[in-house]
Amino acid sequence: MMLWNLIYRSLRQHALSTLVTAGSIALAAGLLLTVWVVKTQSQAVFAATNSGFDAVLGARGSKLQLVLNAIFHLEASPGNIAAADFEALRRNPMIGGAIRTAIPIAVGDSFQGWRVVGTVEQLFAEIEYAPGKRYAIARGGRNFQLGAHEAVVGNFAAKRLGWKLGATFHPQHGVSEKAERDHDELYTVVGILEPTSTPVDRVIWIPLEGIQTMSGHNPFAKTDISAVLIQLRAPTAGLMASNLINQSGGKLTFAYPIGTIVAELFNKISWIDKVLTLLAWLVAAVASGSVLVSIYNSMSARARDIAILRALGARRRTVFGAVVGEAAAIGVLGAAAGFAVFAGLAAGVASIIQAQTGVVLEPLQWNPVFGWGPAVFVGLCVLGGLVPAFKAYRVPVAETLAPVS
Amino acid sequence: MPLLSIKDLAKTYPLPGGGAHRVVEVVEFSLEAAEQLALRGESGSGKTTFLHLIAGILAPDSGRIALAGRDVAALGEAARDRLRAETIGYIFQTFNLLQGHTVLENVEFGMAFGRGVDRAYAESLLRRVGLSDKLGHFPRQLSTGQQQRVAVARALANHPKLVLADEPTGNLDRRHAREALALIREVCRECGAALLLVSHDEQVLAGFGDVRDFAALNRALTAEAAP
Repeated sequence: MMLWNLIYRSLRQHALSTLVTAGSIALAAGLLLTVWVVKTQSQAVFAATNSGFDAVLGARGSKLQLVLNAIFHLEASPGNIAAADFEALRRNPMIGGAIRTAIPIAVGDSFQGWRVVGTVEQLFAEIEYAPGKRYAIARGGRNFQLGAHEAVVGNFAAKRLGWKLGATFHPQHGVSEKAERDHDELYTVVGILEPTSTPVDRVIWIPLEGIQTMSGHNPFAKTDISAVLIQLRAPTAGLMASNLINQSGGKLTFAYPIGTIVAELFNKISWIDKVLTLLAWLVAAVASGSVLVSIYNSMSARARDIAILRALGARRRTVFGAVVGEAAAIGVLGAAAGFAVFAGLAAGVASIIQAQTGVVLEPLQWNPVFGWGPAVFVGLCVLGGLVPAFKAYRVPVAETLAPVS
Repeated sequence: MPLLSIKDLAKTYPLPGGGAHRVVEVVEFSLEAAEQLALRGESGSGKTTFLHLIAGILAPDSGRIALAGRDVAALGEAARDRLRAETIGYIFQTFNLLQGHTVLENVEFGMAFGRGVDRAYAESLLRRVGLSDKLGHFPRQLSTGQQQRVAVARALANHPKLVLADEPTGNLDRRHAREALALIREVCRECGAALLLVSHDEQVLAGFGDVRDFAALNRALTAEAAP
């Protein structure tokens, strides 16, 4: 009890250095937790995000670009494919038999930075975007009708645009924030999707031929599609189709399996989280050093108190433990505050990821780093406390308690 | 059997330029339980070192210090710490209160490393020395005389068998010195603790019944003075 009292009083006596040191540990802990949680969770969530499809068929090019464009609605489309090419492929008995469902999409337009994608009404009527989960249109709304200038809007996009049922808009050519020009067609929102926590939430969906025949688009490409989202009958069919299509040297690319292709993206950008993690550990090392310096610098002033305690019967190991305990307490304070820093940082990062990709992270979900992260930080602080603790251990009682008579 | 019995005790300090300086050389000394004795000695005569040796703060070069049936000189440092925590109360000239802790906590630290904290007893001791209204004060908020009384209460907090007082009135004026000394003697008597006090102040010692000359006890001084 008295040991805690010693630690508590010492922390209070050196309140400013305690706060500064604990603050630097909080920043380091917050940064490490954020990097770790965002890294592990985004890898898992992105790899699992396939909007219910096994593969994507698109123009010849990068599989990753194709998946990012067709599933995550990021990046530019690698190009269009002719509907006839897809139909020809479908008639191939080896491939056509393997396909259970095929949903074509057409891209290239947007509205105020939100992508407008053409597809068929079957997407919202029949597809499970996750096992056991079908798209649902919020009450009062309905699916768009082929041939009509109608739109079904992802939940996140509708919220950000402030759209209700009946809202109207002119699609804009291009997919950048600064679209080239408005198309003449006026579309009306007839349905808003319930949230799915997938990239679908941030897309404005219109009938496929709406994109294909939009004013200003190439009239010779009015049957082209950007990609086909495919559900397979069996995983082995995917491998077979991948071999047949990708190695044929034709005009098409078959991206399968989606999760593995997304994982490639994380491999490519893994240096970012390595740098951030290294940065967090460096900050942690500096924080640990600051624990050492702040306690060590106060040791001269504390020597008399330590000598008094020793004269009262405190053993060397008791004063050693008090100093180490103080360092650990600073670590605990810092780690606890680090959770607050993490909560703020992670919420910010998660909202950016949701805004950019539609993928929803839940950073407060249990992650093993919540256990070992703070433990490591407290351990580093204890390490930092060992040097001043050793100095306390060696305080000469008789000399320090002078004057002598 | 005396509470404290010393035989052939010697302590030498190394000198910075080499060689050694013998500070304490006491052939024989004893103190009975509950006895009160004052040692008169000039500053620098080795009185503090003598008390530190008895308290186990310093280890002697040779000799025997039997305290409450245990040989302090033969104990390891941790055992000496424990014996000090359980058996000895120490009053310092400069009081040596912990400035960052309250009056009550200072007294509790006097018992913390021995039998453990007994808040009610700590409060009763502070009541006894007239500081029941200062429990939550910090030492800097007290007068010098009040700080001395906290030191007295702390020295008795662990139910000591022996209280060592090193120039306990050195920082007080005449009137407060007399009062403080009377209080120390009285409280030690009430608690059944023996008192060994060292001082150079003749006026303080004048009020003390049993006074011995430390110069006569410490042969190191005699040897130093010899031609």
